[in-house]
Amino acid sequence: MDFFKLISDIERVDPEIYDRLDSRRRVFKHFGLAGKTLTAAMLPNLVSGVFQRAYGQGTLNADIKAVLNLALSLEYLEFYYYDSGLKATGLIPAADRPAFEIIRNDESGHIKVLREALGGDAIPDPGRATFDYSGGKGSGDGPFAKAFTDYALYLGVSQAFVDTGVRAYKGGATKLMSNKDILEAALNIHSVEARHSSHVRTVRRGVAANAAATSVPGDLANLNKQPKSWISGTDNGGPSPSTTPSTAAVYGPGVPATGGPTELFFPADSNTTQAGIDLLTNTAGATAASASEAFDEALDAATVKSIARNFVDAKSTLFI
Amino acid sequence: MSSTTSLPPVVPGTPDAPRLPRRSFLRYSGAGLAVGGLLLAGCDDDNDDITPSGTIDVGSGDNGVLNYAYALEQLEAAFYAKVKEGAYYKNLSAGLEKQVFDDLAIHEQIHADFFKTVLAGKAIKALEPDFSSINFNDRNSVLGAAKSFEDLGVAAYNGAGRYIQTEAYLLIAGKIVSVEARHAALIRDLINYNTFVASDVVDLFTPTSGTSAPGVGTGTGKEKSMKPTDVVNMANKFLKDGSKISASNIK
Repeated sequence: MDFFKLISDIERVDPEIYDRLDSRRRVFKHFGLAGKTLTAAMLPNLVSGVFQRAYGQGTLNADIKAVLNLALSLEYLEFYYYDSGLKATGLIPAADRPAFEIIRNDESGHIKVLREALGGDAIPDPGRATFDYSGGKGSGDGPFAKAFTDYALYLGVSQAFVDTGVRAYKGGATKLMSNKDILEAALNIHSVEARHSSHVRTVRRGVAANAAATSVPGDLANLNKQPKSWISGTDNGGPSPSTTPSTAAVYGPGVPATGGPTELFFPADSNTTQAGIDLLTNTAGATAASASEAFDEALDAATVKSIARNFVDAKSTLFI
Repeated sequence: MSSTTSLPPVVPGTPDAPRLPRRSFLRYSGAGLAVGGLLLAGCDDDNDDITPSGTIDVGSGDNGVLNYAYALEQLEAAFYAKVKEGAYYKNLSAGLEKQVFDDLAIHEQIHADFFKTVLAGKAIKALEPDFSSINFNDRNSVLGAAKSFEDLGVAAYNGAGRYIQTEAYLLIAGKIVSVEARHAALIRDLINYNTFVASDVVDLFTPTSGTSAPGVGTGTGKEKSMKPTDVVNMANKFLKDGSKISASNIK
């Protein structure tokens, strides 16, 4: 077997082989070969390792599995929420059904992508019954118990879920950096979640003002009910800041909440300092509102789980 | 040519076989051509100067990605500044569209200034845009261009994430791209309601049936990320000669 010719031949068929291997010149380091003697006896293992690393599913490290399984859990939470909304007679107005069908289907696609990436390590489908969208941890009588009969409430909970998802993907991304294809897949899911959030917020403005959604501006004095399509400050705690559970945690700080310019930390969405740069003085005309809106913030896995756990049966191990 | 020295010696036969100098082995095995190709491929990373003539190279490594983002943010900021000078914006009364363009203009300026400060002495120059194809007095023209810029920005950040080497920078890029996606979705909804996600930007998922279990169907629900070279080809249509960029060293 001629290892170099094999790699060269693969490159002809798959020009991205080196990208799949993360970096061209580090191809040998991946297999712990740098500085070692390559022998014919090692070739079979080396070659199978190449294929497993480049195309297989068996080499995900524990960090990647954890990030993807948390993402998959959130996608199930969202999928069943939107699917239940679409099945609730009279909840979603006809004009808005196409949007929620798109959103539900996107989540289903994300579930497919994450399952394929995780292979046998994917968590099983928890099923609809695991979730308690009232926020009652299985009691069914939490503060959002009327989510499937009250459209405004349904939209508010939608916003909280999707914004949690956006912050979760953002917080998990750095742990995927060792696998570029999985990282890019996650980024391509993350931005779609942000598109969902934007739309749900647009719809909420219309419902709050009882007017066409695309005619109603965000109201900085009433961000709970009439938010912008982007997060302004902490959105005053989001759609339902005074309930237990509260949506304030969706826009609040994670852990750690502070850190140096090159460190990873998770401030509240009202943050106006990025990479140590004060955005308020760095751009003429920037305000606390606009500077916070220009950057979404991430959340750590533990904070994401603590938010999501309110919406699953307490007997389930999901989000533990 | 660091690849040459890091390449491990290659020895034919069993682990116990006497070692030949690598060059001899290559002749012996006839694998010289293939190895040469591998070495040349490895050398690509070191050649930072190859760019199409007359373009501004954003560079390589993290600075390359940051400059690439800086170029796109400059373009967006310049576009929205120009929107605010046009008759379409000036004739808007208080309402959503006025708020949207006020917000987008300051958001993109904040992004552009942020990258300029982060890059400091390594920042590319201020780019001169060419918006001659856009009619700033016309709502459809402005919204259509805004949609193009925002969708392009999202696809660009998503496609560049894999080239970022520093965790903190990947996190920053993530913080910006979701805001661009929020922008894109609202602009698209303004043009045509419920098109915040559509097949031109997302690989739509179609369930096998109306009662399918989650994950059963075709498609992925993923944004269609774009490679830097493809993004640059689109961005350069809105940049004057002498301000056109090249991202061929981001890899």
